[in-house]
Amino acid sequence: MQPILNVSGLSKTYDSGFEALKKVDLAINRGEVFALLGPNGAGKTTLISIICGLVNPSAGSVTVDGNDILSDYRAARSLIGLVPQELTTDAFVTVWQTISFSRGLFGKRKNPDYLEKVLKDLSLWDKKDAQIMTLSGGMKRRVLIAKALAHEPQILFLDEPTAGVDVELRRDMWEVVRKLQQTGVTIILTTHYIEEAEEMADRVGVISRGEIILVDEKAELMRKLGRKELTLHLHDPLDSLPASLNGHDLELAGEGYEIVYHYDTQGERTGITSLLKDLGDAGIRFRDLQTKQSSLEEIFVSLVRGRK
Amino acid sequence: MNLRAIQTIYLFEMDRMRRTVAQSVISPVISTALYFIVFGSAIGSRIQQIDGVDYGAFIVPGLMMMTLLMQSISNAAFGIYFPRFVGTVYEILSAPISAMEIVVGYVGAAATKSLIIGLIILATAHFFVAIEIRHPVWMLAFLVLTCVTFSLLGFIIGIWADNFEKLQLVPLLVVTPLAFLGGSFYSIKMLPEFWQTVTLFNPVVYLISGFRWSFYGQADVGIAVSLSMTFAFLVVCLGVVWWIFKTGYRMKP
Ligand SMILES: Nc1ncnc2c1ncn2[C@@H]1O[C@H](COP(=O)(O)OP(=O)(O)O)[C@@H](O)[C@H]1O
Ligand SMILES: [Mg+2]
Repeated sequence: MQPILNVSGLSKTYDSGFEALKKVDLAINRGEVFALLGPNGAGKTTLISIICGLVNPSAGSVTVDGNDILSDYRAARSLIGLVPQELTTDAFVTVWQTISFSRGLFGKRKNPDYLEKVLKDLSLWDKKDAQIMTLSGGMKRRVLIAKALAHEPQILFLDEPTAGVDVELRRDMWEVVRKLQQTGVTIILTTHYIEEAEEMADRVGVISRGEIILVDEKAELMRKLGRKELTLHLHDPLDSLPASLNGHDLELAGEGYEIVYHYDTQGERTGITSLLKDLGDAGIRFRDLQTKQSSLEEIFVSLVRGRK
Repeated sequence: MNLRAIQTIYLFEMDRMRRTVAQSVISPVISTALYFIVFGSAIGSRIQQIDGVDYGAFIVPGLMMMTLLMQSISNAAFGIYFPRFVGTVYEILSAPISAMEIVVGYVGAAATKSLIIGLIILATAHFFVAIEIRHPVWMLAFLVLTCVTFSLLGFIIGIWADNFEKLQLVPLLVVTPLAFLGGSFYSIKMLPEFWQTVTLFNPVVYLISGFRWSFYGQADVGIAVSLSMTFAFLVVCLGVVWWIFKTGYRMKP
């Protein structure tokens, strides 16, 4: 299937001379939840802003469902809803007024029933006549989502949707994303919280310093890059590791009561057998052992660190 | 063309004005009334007619123009500055609308509001002095042309300004003096010859002169010149707006 969003060779150099995006290529599939994961300053907002028409690209092209964002900007933008990173709302108008404004701006005929449904899905219906400035931060974020959905977009961008949001709202937000996905909306969210990507996304793209380092199915990513960690709990604490174990990549932890060994599940051999043998030879006895899959967070940190 | 978007912006802006009706309508009316009391009645009673027109009536077109300039500029400047300031402009920029549609929405609303204020001032003036309007169609044409042109200028200022000070600086430091020196309260023929020449570089002179002609058939400069100068200024403003959107100046990094 043709991707709904196609970014190719996209670069951005700000007037300051800063290169925020470096020849980014990215294709987003119809109906997926895609998480763009990267540390602060990686270029996530810049990428989204170019696609949505807020920032001028320096080079490269973007098409939305086949429509170029510059030459066919009307068709392209009609398909997109954007929830910005910052809580930027009007103050003196009501929730209903602001979402009606959003819908009108996108040239859509009035449809109170649809807007009512959007507000109800976001638990905003009882606030519809409230002035936005009277709402809490979490509620304002919902209003921003409602505004983005007001014109029935095919693609929804959520730029750091849960930054500075409490746990309850975060759960709600994930629920909303799931519901939207069921209705066929493609969702692209940026985050620097790994758990968010882990929880929500079908695919994850990792961006760092303006470059997409990799894009993969979340599960595949975790499997492929997943390193495991073996922790051995010792009977007697060690001051330092004996020289005979130098050949293994070990760490002493837990005040000398634990030895931690990292290994690659995809490798030819994991090295566990020889490690255990060498431990026995060195007379080190252990009470317990446990293995653990490294989280997306650890994968991510090691990826980004590897780049520096 | 996204007519619905233009309408949405226009009505949203008009609604904003309705919410702030006190400061946007009542205050110009009060200040105009004060001008009439001070200049028209107190001082005007000691000034003979100018060009066969009573002084109180003579200042009406100038006073209207002065208020229109200030109102058009500040309405339009604030209208676009505010969304930029709070960040809500992201929505305008990400919507499927052209630059022209954005301008028509914002400038149209600002111009409408100043037009309404202009007419209210005219009605207010009516209570203080006897006014005749010789060329009502031209009067209306000048009114609309001025509202649109200076709302465009205000729009440009609202995009150029990156803080509140700048937003108020231009109306205060440039437009007020130009309006005062543009013959609001006197005929420029009353000035020494040297200053008459200097005054011809003041664009507001042409507005006020043309506008006064539509009232009393009297003008400091020819009506054709007045009209062309106003049009020329409109075209310059349109050019600047076109450049702003083409380059993304202060709107799109
Ligand atoms: N308008 C701008 N001018 C200059 N540099 C900018 C501008 N906007 C963002 N940047 C820089 O570009 C980099 C990427 O920013 P951004 O896209 O906001 O990152 P992210 O959203 O991933 O945190 C940052 O280093 C930021 O300082
Ligand atoms: Mg960001």
